[in-house]
Amino acid sequence: MAATRSKKPPRVGDHPIFRLGLLAAVLVLTALVVVAPLVVIGVQAFSAGADVFVATITDADTRHAIFLTVATALIAVPINTVFGVAAAWAITKFDFTGKRLLLIVIEIPFSISPIVAGVAYLFVYGLQGVFGPALEAAEIKVLFALPGIVLASMFVTAPFVARELIPLMQAQGRDLEEAATSLGASGWRTFFSVTLPNVRWALLYGVVLCNARVMGEFGAVSVVSGNIRGQTNTLPLHVELLYHDYQTAGAFAAASILALLAVVTLFAKVLLERQGAGRAGRPALAAPQTIKTETLT
Amino acid sequence: MKRFLLIGTTIAGLLAGSASAWSADKILNASYDVARELFADVNKGYIAAHPGVTIDQSHAGTSKQARAIVEGLEADVVTFNQITDIDFLVKNGFVSDDWQNDFANKSSPFYSLPSFLVRAGNPKGIKDWNDLVRDDVKVIFPNPKTSGNARYTYLAATAYAKEAFNNDPAKVAEFVTKIFDNVPVFDTGGRASTTTFVEREIGDVLITFESETTGIRKEFGEDKFESVTPSVSLLAEFPVAIVDKVVDKRDSREFAKSYLDFLYTPEGQKIAAEHGNRVNDEAVAAEFKDKFPEIRLVTVEDVFGGWPKVQEEHFASGGLLDQIFGER
Repeated sequence: MAATRSKKPPRVGDHPIFRLGLLAAVLVLTALVVVAPLVVIGVQAFSAGADVFVATITDADTRHAIFLTVATALIAVPINTVFGVAAAWAITKFDFTGKRLLLIVIEIPFSISPIVAGVAYLFVYGLQGVFGPALEAAEIKVLFALPGIVLASMFVTAPFVARELIPLMQAQGRDLEEAATSLGASGWRTFFSVTLPNVRWALLYGVVLCNARVMGEFGAVSVVSGNIRGQTNTLPLHVELLYHDYQTAGAFAAASILALLAVVTLFAKVLLERQGAGRAGRPALAAPQTIKTETLT
Repeated sequence: MKRFLLIGTTIAGLLAGSASAWSADKILNASYDVARELFADVNKGYIAAHPGVTIDQSHAGTSKQARAIVEGLEADVVTFNQITDIDFLVKNGFVSDDWQNDFANKSSPFYSLPSFLVRAGNPKGIKDWNDLVRDDVKVIFPNPKTSGNARYTYLAATAYAKEAFNNDPAKVAEFVTKIFDNVPVFDTGGRASTTTFVEREIGDVLITFESETTGIRKEFGEDKFESVTPSVSLLAEFPVAIVDKVVDKRDSREFAKSYLDFLYTPEGQKIAAEHGNRVNDEAVAAEFKDKFPEIRLVTVEDVFGGWPKVQEEHFASGGLLDQIFGER
């Protein structure tokens, strides 16, 4: 290392003190902001003993909260993924009027507070709202039931997949798609054999982010859920309920499950990436892969 | 957006079958945020006497609950800690306007009062409201602009001052302002104030409902804190009501009535008392009299002329609370 450095003229930020300082700052911040709270959750979850932890997570209401959170993610994430891919594809590969407007509309949930989204749903689907009386007459329950929770979660996480894909797909341009079309590939074929493989890691990342946000969403869901224990109480709402009830250990136990779900998602992502990387690393496939990455950069 | 709507209604359609299949062997009780354990026990007791029924529970701040019911949350009964939030349901036609005649004690099966929690041994010797204005005492309660709990504290302190200073408005305002000056931090809710007092160890006395102090001592250590009952406080009712619009639709009025009646039975009263609430049943009250020291209670009606007047004179924007709070 020292030999390499001495050959080149020193650059800004090349000084060891600067590097170490930067590294230390990152490590300290990570420890304080990310690691410490996670450790505290783990420690507090078991602070009243393992039996309290087990009692909390085997409690019927907690189990239902876990089920509801996972079920919401299983519905909302696939829908938002399809929506995100379709939106990104339309915006980056085609020209049409209102494109810029669509781009802005997709990003609205990013800039709106989730609680505002929740209240907006209340005014749209609530009994005093726009569609409320009609839904009531048809005996369709949207608010204070699963559909409302899914809708609110979908609204909040709508931009995640699209926002991951759009910059990448814009950078990639349309050359490959145009080539594929000129060689006679159908639209579907072009999409599945050219576009999708090029963006798969960004897509995966978008899905992971989307999933984490759906599972953790509190504000919007809190407004439309109705907080019915064992029915419409998602895991984040359940954590709040236990906390309000002076069940600190129980609240942290439920919180640790929420953290665990997030960690499982991340592991799934890493595992998928590994498998993908392994296949790409084989010599037979290495060549086309490189060409694609070059186009990418 | 169109896509969302389409998908939303499709999902809703799929679920409609199950959601509309209510039957009268199941009711939903919409309750206040810190009552989860209380009603877990109440429901256990009720179901033991009426096997085969289900009682669902929803817990949140009661203003939020009232809004949710008006927007379609199908709660058969409400068990709130604020009369004003039931009035909101009355105004919107969900509860009949003579609901306070439906059950005994103006439909309030149990009650509580703003009371004090001090650190073990009561090192500052806090006994009554007039100790709260001392320069060496730091007081903790939430922001009365955002917390119903703190509004009771504000009214109780005002009621004490009105008696002590013979209704002299200037002296009453000065007394209450002094208490507010002794509050180092105003949290948004009761639970946050508890954290400030218990975990951040700020302040000498926490003012909250007496029913809360039981739970706090149970969770954070019976030997770390002591309850102190002041000489006088304000009656805080826990009103219950049948939500007419919902029970008529779901044909569940009988079940709802029998459930709320249960709260008045000796067994129901005992469960309420075990969770720190004062009850009217004489036998049960006698059984728990060590837990609830004698106190003189005044009512909002007697001291302030009722909730609408309190709202107008004290809590409306620019009212007495704003004048005191604004001086800080």
